[in-house]
Amino acid sequence: MQFIQIMQLIKSKFCALMPSSLISVLGLAGLVSLGGCSGNWGWYVVNPATETGRQNLAFLIDGLYYTIGLSVTAICISICLGLLVALPALSNRRAPKAINRIYVELVRAIPILVLILWVYYGLPQVASVSISVFWAGVLALAISDSAFQAEIFRAGIQSIDRGQYEASHSISLNYRDTMRYVILPQAIKRILPALGNQLVYMLKMSSLVSVIGMQELTRRANELVVTEYRPLEIYTVLVLEYLVVILIVSAGVRWLERRLETN
Amino acid sequence: MNPPATRPFIQLTDVSKYFDKFCALDAVSLDIELGQKLVICGPSGSGKSTLIRCINRLERHEAGEIRIDNIVVDDSSTGRAVLRNNVGMVFQQFNLFPHLTILENLILGPVRARKMAEAEARDLAMHYLERVRIPEQFSKYPAQLSGGQQQRVAIARALCMAPKIMLFDEPTSALDPEMIAEVLDVIEELADSGMTMICVTHEMGFARQVADMMLFMDHGKIVEMGPPKTFFTAPESDRCKLFLSQILRH
Repeated sequence: MQFIQIMQLIKSKFCALMPSSLISVLGLAGLVSLGGCSGNWGWYVVNPATETGRQNLAFLIDGLYYTIGLSVTAICISICLGLLVALPALSNRRAPKAINRIYVELVRAIPILVLILWVYYGLPQVASVSISVFWAGVLALAISDSAFQAEIFRAGIQSIDRGQYEASHSISLNYRDTMRYVILPQAIKRILPALGNQLVYMLKMSSLVSVIGMQELTRRANELVVTEYRPLEIYTVLVLEYLVVILIVSAGVRWLERRLETN
Repeated sequence: MNPPATRPFIQLTDVSKYFDKFCALDAVSLDIELGQKLVICGPSGSGKSTLIRCINRLERHEAGEIRIDNIVVDDSSTGRAVLRNNVGMVFQQFNLFPHLTILENLILGPVRARKMAEAEARDLAMHYLERVRIPEQFSKYPAQLSGGQQQRVAIARALCMAPKIMLFDEPTSALDPEMIAEVLDVIEELADSGMTMICVTHEMGFARQVADMMLFMDHGKIVEMGPPKTFFTAPESDRCKLFLSQILRH
């Protein structure tokens, strides 16, 4: 009886002190160390105490540069593209609305992996241009994500009260200034959590670009597994890499949200 | 000495507006001279808000013609320019920009639409904030102000565009009773300063003081129109009599 109460107390204090993200990291680390005791694990491949382990770790972690580069470039493009695609949806006329619908439905229907393969292997044949692995990945990720960004922007902009447009009209702002100074600042504030989600999603989806040979986190893990025959350890490190990056991004988005809220 | 004006400043000729099948304005004709203070009253759905929203082109009328300063108000560049240079509007729900400070709310129009230098716009904004008696609130956000203060900011925002005519769409209907007086005082002062205005309101005491012309609407038509003295004491139509007796009973 007393034991249960104490455990509950510890649990509640623990939960209050530790942000949930930290708990998830600790949980995973616990699982890993538990496995390490069973004898099936061979942590030497990524043991920072040895020369090879350090080299392997550095090789894995260097992929971060490409993963982040890919995701950030792609998200910037997809946000701009998404906004461009969202604007016709707000029109009263039928043709612009149709353009928006067709784009969104079409792009949403293509699996990202298929789009990556098509852009990298197909596009050079169609357009007779050579495209680097990096830009093929960026293009495929950006196009794929832009359909979702467009839907997010549309919802965000439509959530702004009509009175804001009317007030802008009454002080003679044109469409561009109304969007730029009145509607979008308010809409972006509202959709910021959704944009943060998309960045997290993008970071994860960038792993698919490994299939065309991009040297990002997943590709490097795959290559190391081929030479070291230690998939369990190497993929566990890979999981931890994504986890850390995404937790940092999530924290960043939450910080930004709080900052905007106080303003 | 001056040649007589050939046309009134604002001229509505047979203006009609439909929402689907519902007729919101039914061939309304109306002349407003510069300096005139027109108060419009009537039951809900009678078309009074639609009327002033059509003048400002927040609604598009389907038939008839609206002229301001003898220029047809439509989607042409001259039509838009005449609105831009002449007409200000105050809304029932204030419609301030919540993400901007009071000062930023006021200078947005002058700086972006009028291309005024920011320093000049600030001076102008402070001048009008003083006129609506809240200069000390300039750095706050709209949500930090009371309803009455927000509506006074909205009035100042409209004035910053130096309009010749102000449209008020039930400016006190969304306010706590205590706040109504401070807003009406500001509008009254504005009227005394010679501003041309069209005001939709149910504040009959205010109307009696400010209006030089009263207008009663029902079912999209102007039912009764006249100076406040005769309007309040001896309305001609039965519909207007009934409305006034209901609204003035308590």
